[in-house]
Amino acid sequence: MKLTGSEILIECLKAEGVKTIFALPGGVVLKIFDMLHQQKDIEVVLTRHEQGAGHMAEGYAKATGKAGVCLVTSGPGMTNVITALADAYMDSVPLVCISGQVSTSLIGNDAFQEADNIGLSRPCTKYNFLVKDVNDLATTIKEAFYIATTGRPGPVLVDIPKDVSMAKAEFTYPSSVAIRGYNPTYEGNKWQIKQAAEAIMKAKKPILYVGGGVVFSQAAKELLELAEMTQIPVDMTLMGLGAFPGEHPLSMGMMGMHGTYCANMAVHYSDLVIAVGARFDDRVTGKVSEFCPFAKVIHIDIDPTSIRKNIHVDIPIVGDCKAVLRELNQILRATVNGNQKDLRKPWWNQIREWQQAHPLAYQQDPDGAIKPQHVVKRLYELTKDRDPIVATDVGQHQMWTAQYFKLARPNRWLTSGGLGTMGFGLPAAMGAQAAFRDRLVLCVAGDGSIQMNMQEMATAVVSKLPVKVIILNNRFHGMVRQWQDLFYEGRYASSYLETTPDFVKLAEAYGAVGLRASKLGDLDAVLKEAVSTEKPVIVDVPTYPFENCYPMIPAGGCNHEMILEDPPELKQRMAGGPSVGSDENKDTILTA
Amino acid sequence: MTGETALLGRTLRGYRVCARGNAMEHIISVTVENKFGVLSRVAGLFSGRGFNIESLSVAPTLDPSMSQMTIVTSGDERIVEQIVKQLNKLIDVIKVVDLNESDFVSRETALIKVHTKAEDRAEALRIADIFRANVIDSTPSTYTIEVTGDPKKLEAIINLLQPLGIKELIRTGRVAIAREAIRPAVSQPKKLARE
Repeated sequence: MKLTGSEILIECLKAEGVKTIFALPGGVVLKIFDMLHQQKDIEVVLTRHEQGAGHMAEGYAKATGKAGVCLVTSGPGMTNVITALADAYMDSVPLVCISGQVSTSLIGNDAFQEADNIGLSRPCTKYNFLVKDVNDLATTIKEAFYIATTGRPGPVLVDIPKDVSMAKAEFTYPSSVAIRGYNPTYEGNKWQIKQAAEAIMKAKKPILYVGGGVVFSQAAKELLELAEMTQIPVDMTLMGLGAFPGEHPLSMGMMGMHGTYCANMAVHYSDLVIAVGARFDDRVTGKVSEFCPFAKVIHIDIDPTSIRKNIHVDIPIVGDCKAVLRELNQILRATVNGNQKDLRKPWWNQIREWQQAHPLAYQQDPDGAIKPQHVVKRLYELTKDRDPIVATDVGQHQMWTAQYFKLARPNRWLTSGGLGTMGFGLPAAMGAQAAFRDRLVLCVAGDGSIQMNMQEMATAVVSKLPVKVIILNNRFHGMVRQWQDLFYEGRYASSYLETTPDFVKLAEAYGAVGLRASKLGDLDAVLKEAVSTEKPVIVDVPTYPFENCYPMIPAGGCNHEMILEDPPELKQRMAGGPSVGSDENKDTILTA
Repeated sequence: MTGETALLGRTLRGYRVCARGNAMEHIISVTVENKFGVLSRVAGLFSGRGFNIESLSVAPTLDPSMSQMTIVTSGDERIVEQIVKQLNKLIDVIKVVDLNESDFVSRETALIKVHTKAEDRAEALRIADIFRANVIDSTPSTYTIEVTGDPKKLEAIINLLQPLGIKELIRTGRVAIAREAIRPAVSQPKKLARE
């Protein structure tokens, strides 16, 4: 029997096991929506903006490990979803984005709502397809899911012209895919793995540096075995959080620009860096020429381009983290003995010394203002037994959440790392909630970034996605303000928001629940109420506006040269009041 | 498309003997799927990552489902390694060979339209003759000369023809192919493969 392109698309999605898609209709995709409307297997979450649809698909993908799917229309629908595609590309998120296109006869004619979707998305997708013939549609969808989820995952765009979605063809879903130019390497080179094992046995000061690749290849178990067997401390990147239990004695916490003192010192002074599923991003390495200057480097990654892109690698291993770690563990199991413990005793003494010298810390405000770190810490302590999924936006609140929310398992952490996309948190949390209706999904946001995709609260209410949004409200673009305080003599160029909407009323206006913790004493009760409410909740927490996120490695600085607290000149300046505009001062900001 | 215009600009500027620093010229042979949009993926990779393209030529292979690109680029060892890896990562790329890793031969063709006053016509033919170039079109005031060779040969004939007045110059960019390994005349005993 012949089916229309729209029906074929839906059958393909079903065959791929897709249960939920995030979508927003428009002229050229009406046929597809009409068909979606007439079936019950796939739930359609109608978003209020295509960027929201893209981030929701990302949140879904990060929480489930499967490809997230979004569907948008041509022209502005496509340009709106570009940010989410770029974000997914940077963070290797498996995503299949279906975009509508004007009819094939109109392509290139500057038709209404036409855009060059393939050209627009080329630099921010792993691959993209324009389907010109309905007979190619099923194969294309199969290939799209295959490319998105295999190798180093990433976003794939399928552009479907209107006439293709209406034309009819025989439907058979291909059972396998063969793309001659695409053959990811999964098994690592055995000889190289043996070299790595030997290096690990000999190292006096080894460190594991683990990234998002461990999460995507579901190698957390293998990583835990490796670390425990060899007693090697574990540094996590922002994307790697959750790959290793945050409260494990071997965990050093996050490394990099706002990583812990110990994590950064350990990587700087180590003699063997074992990088697993990480890419030596500049936010991790700092000054790249002085990154781990005393170490031999083992780099395990499925993407050959990641290896030796930024730093020299002594033992490169191209392969899937899970497969390589399994092989490595097998060799080590036979060779590890008590000697390593003695060999590394001084290293562990040194590490414990670093941990005690500068643990993550903040001081309560003498005037009783709520410190943002305290909010995250309490949120963690109050919810950790429920194994929550945590999303963040981008900025100071993101770094504090990364520091204080010690995730125990992978696929609980939804954050925008590579692209640093403000407005990511709320839709990503909703995407995860759509996948796991019964789980507790939190979103820690800033008052600046939440407003970038605030409209999705309407989606959360209508689609019954009861996410809990905790806004650390400092009335600033906090991270920008921090840089201005540290590097621009406190001139707050366009970082002070002056006024933010009343988030409690705003939540209520959307039909959600709005709560506020104005005093430190209210915080616990409000957070408890929020996480036990069954509807979407926004918690507005006005926080101390001038709190800075430490430790901090200034951009281009060395990993062992961290700023650990406000420098003296900043303290002095703050004592005289910050400069916002000409006649405002610290008090007006504090009381606003 | 800006990518392709930029590309064209680089081709016209032609061959540079030495690039900055310890950057070396490399000729990379890339086998790709012969379908629309592949050139823009390759060109976009180079422009997006700030890699250099000196010239690029592309045409179908014996198997019409594939095309062969010859890309002349330059960079230090690390950059060229990235170029090769990034090209390999493109899904439409089937095979990448850095020809500099072995021996290769390369050729480029130029079509040179030369102004020829009556007194220069014999000189133009003489120069063409020296370089074994052909005159493929002729008018009372111009010759169009076709010349094939390595870039140095092309530079040389261009330099000689310049005083006569070059009206137009079109170069194809280089194509290159690996030399076949020469087999020893006497067959040697096979080495035992190591376990």
